[in-house]
Amino acid sequence: MKRIISVLMENAPGALSRIVGVFSQRGFNIDSLNVSNTDDPSLSRLTIATIADDKVNEQIIKQMNKLIDVLKVTDLTESAHVERELMLVKVVANNEATRSEIIRNVDIFRAKVLDVDATNYTLELTGAKEKLDAFIATLSHNATIIESARTGICGLARGERALTP
Amino acid sequence: MKMMSGAAMVVQTLNDLGVKHVFGYPGGAVLDIYDALFAQDEVKHVLVRHEQAAAHMADGYARATGITGTVLVTSGPGATNTLTGIATAYMDSIPMVVLSGQVPSQHIGEDAFQETDMVGCSRPIVKHSFLVKRAVDIPKAIAQAYYIANSGRPGPVVVDLPKDIVNVADSHPYEFPTDVTMRSYNPVTKGHSKQIRKAINAIMEAKRPVLYVGGGAIAAQAEGEVTELAEKLGCPVTCTLMGLGAFSGVHEQFVGMLGMHGTLEANKTMHNSDCIIALGARFDDRVTNNVEKFCPNANIIHVDIDPASISKTVNAHIPVVGSVDVVVKQFLEELTNEDLSKQVEKQADWWEQINSWRAQQCLSFNQESQVIKPQKVIESLYKHTNGDAYVSSDVGQHQMFAALYYPFAKPRRWINSGGLGTMGFGLPAAMGVQFAHPDATSVVVTGDGSIQMNIQELSTCLQYNLPIKIISLNNRALGMVRQWQDMIYKGRHSHSYMDSMPDFVKLAEAYGHVGIKVDSLDELDDAMARCFAEKDRLVFMDIAVDQNEHVYPMQIKYGAMDDMRLSKTERT
Ligand SMILES: Cc1ncc(C[n+]2csc(CCOP(=O)(O)OP(=O)(O)O)c2C)c(N)n1
Ligand SMILES: [Mg+2]
Repeated sequence: MKRIISVLMENAPGALSRIVGVFSQRGFNIDSLNVSNTDDPSLSRLTIATIADDKVNEQIIKQMNKLIDVLKVTDLTESAHVERELMLVKVVANNEATRSEIIRNVDIFRAKVLDVDATNYTLELTGAKEKLDAFIATLSHNATIIESARTGICGLARGERALTP
Repeated sequence: MKMMSGAAMVVQTLNDLGVKHVFGYPGGAVLDIYDALFAQDEVKHVLVRHEQAAAHMADGYARATGITGTVLVTSGPGATNTLTGIATAYMDSIPMVVLSGQVPSQHIGEDAFQETDMVGCSRPIVKHSFLVKRAVDIPKAIAQAYYIANSGRPGPVVVDLPKDIVNVADSHPYEFPTDVTMRSYNPVTKGHSKQIRKAINAIMEAKRPVLYVGGGAIAAQAEGEVTELAEKLGCPVTCTLMGLGAFSGVHEQFVGMLGMHGTLEANKTMHNSDCIIALGARFDDRVTNNVEKFCPNANIIHVDIDPASISKTVNAHIPVVGSVDVVVKQFLEELTNEDLSKQVEKQADWWEQINSWRAQQCLSFNQESQVIKPQKVIESLYKHTNGDAYVSSDVGQHQMFAALYYPFAKPRRWINSGGLGTMGFGLPAAMGVQFAHPDATSVVVTGDGSIQMNIQELSTCLQYNLPIKIISLNNRALGMVRQWQDMIYKGRHSHSYMDSMPDFVKLAEAYGHVGIKVDSLDELDDAMARCFAEKDRLVFMDIAVDQNEHVYPMQIKYGAMDDMRLSKTERT
């Protein structure tokens, strides 16, 4: 089952490698990992997407909670939440026909053209993971994808619930 | 404010923390710290012969006292040599702080001489680690390391110290940190009152309860509470390999150690129980055997300070997160409102059953055999030490014989590598014990294989006059390996022989100690007496034991807890 686990931890050296270690050491898998400091620069917020059954998920959360640097861990998928991912895609755009086809897709998905060059476009799209997957699938029918980069899922609980120190 | 060098700060902080012994070995990256050690004599340094042994000594010291053990080593090979010792402590939740030298900050990452990423290398086997970047941070990092190592579920902590920040020529303001708490680290000690109530209800309803006591009870110094609870409930008690001594091995309610080489009565009691009260134990694979078949009718109450240990392998019906001493006190408090005599009466049938298992005498062996039985050696050791020695052990058959045939009446007397099973642990651990308790009898039960994994420490023993008694059960084989080969590989003894055994008596003498060889049963008693009469000398007892002996009982793989072989020919 897909899980989105959110972690609040000290923005300390080595902290991230300990988180990753919990996964690699215990044979848990990471689908995506998003990390940055929060509005409070002494804290980092991670969002980890993983596939796990209830028992494994319980262990993942407990093992991460055990790390000294970790303040709080929560499973966002347990209740209402919002999730977003940002993706940049570079596509070949060297003739009028593909260019207009790309722009049509950009409009439909409400993506953005970030950078234009004589032979390629760089596009930006934000949304749920599934939307990004669909965009890539559609785009690849009409254009050649040169490269893409995704931030991984980033999420917050809906309403008043929050991860605070 | 006092001004001092980073190196002096390291030593001053240790002193302010009350550290009495540091086990270590010098080298380039820590020469400044060694210079600071030279300038004082409050913190005693013990010079080992191999850094792995330093870690095991600190570990043995911690197991015997509950006080955090301290290790000091240089960067690179010095640091990596401690890894087995760190992993050993980690698996058994032993409080330890390892101070490792590191190359100067400006060279980190350049593959400088003797550089290894110690924080990275040790990451999966430590509770936490610090790479200290500035001299002024040294006191706080070290103080926090000790706080983390010995609170919550204890464990080893690494503090990596780059050479430039400990330079003896520099001077920094020193302040001992008064507050080491961290917002991200708040170990729970008290059990949730609702869970306590649930547990008591389950206990009062039980007809066949059992206490299953692990190393967590020893870490929490909970022997008093555990005994009180056991006596109030009048139920059987079993201890894990790590928990031996948390409940007296000579108490009438004790049914022996459980698990792979547990007693028949302990494993039967567990399997047939309707309520297992697990106190600081973690249901590991060497206990449960096949988890699918594990204790099918039991309501499981699991008390542990580490939430991650609960329901990791076996699902707990009533989890209670907290320290064993505190939670058991809560149990006792809650039990004051219950009619305990009824609970005790209810167990009459249960005890009858247990006594019938006991009557099978699963630990009996041939007492008369002239080829010495290893069990006989342990019985003799028990007699000659009045059952009151600190017994450190290595890993193998001898370890299991010691665990089964030397009942421990007190906690912290049985010192062994249970989780990692580290051969080479015994001798240095016994040395750590002896440093902690100079007047106590510190014994090592070892084998011809294990003793050779840290035998160089005989030299350290001479330097510090450690009158350790080494009881080596010499079966001229890697016995435990051989036993498995007999049972599973049709007796194909692939590389479990050692045809080139040294003369251990001469070896002991070469290191300046006493060596005694024992070949037959008639010599055993006298030799033991001579050994323990040598109050001030280390004695190495090289005892030839039966090469073909197996450790029984033994669980049968894929079976339930109580599916066991009782001898080479009998099964349950
Ligand atoms: C460092 C290490 N290497 C290998 C093993 C695997 N092992 C477990 S018991 C054993 C044999 C131990 O032989 P010995 O010390 O002579 O004890 P015995 O079983 O003969 O009593 C071995 C090789 C281990 N536990 N630790
Ligand atoms: Mg042997």
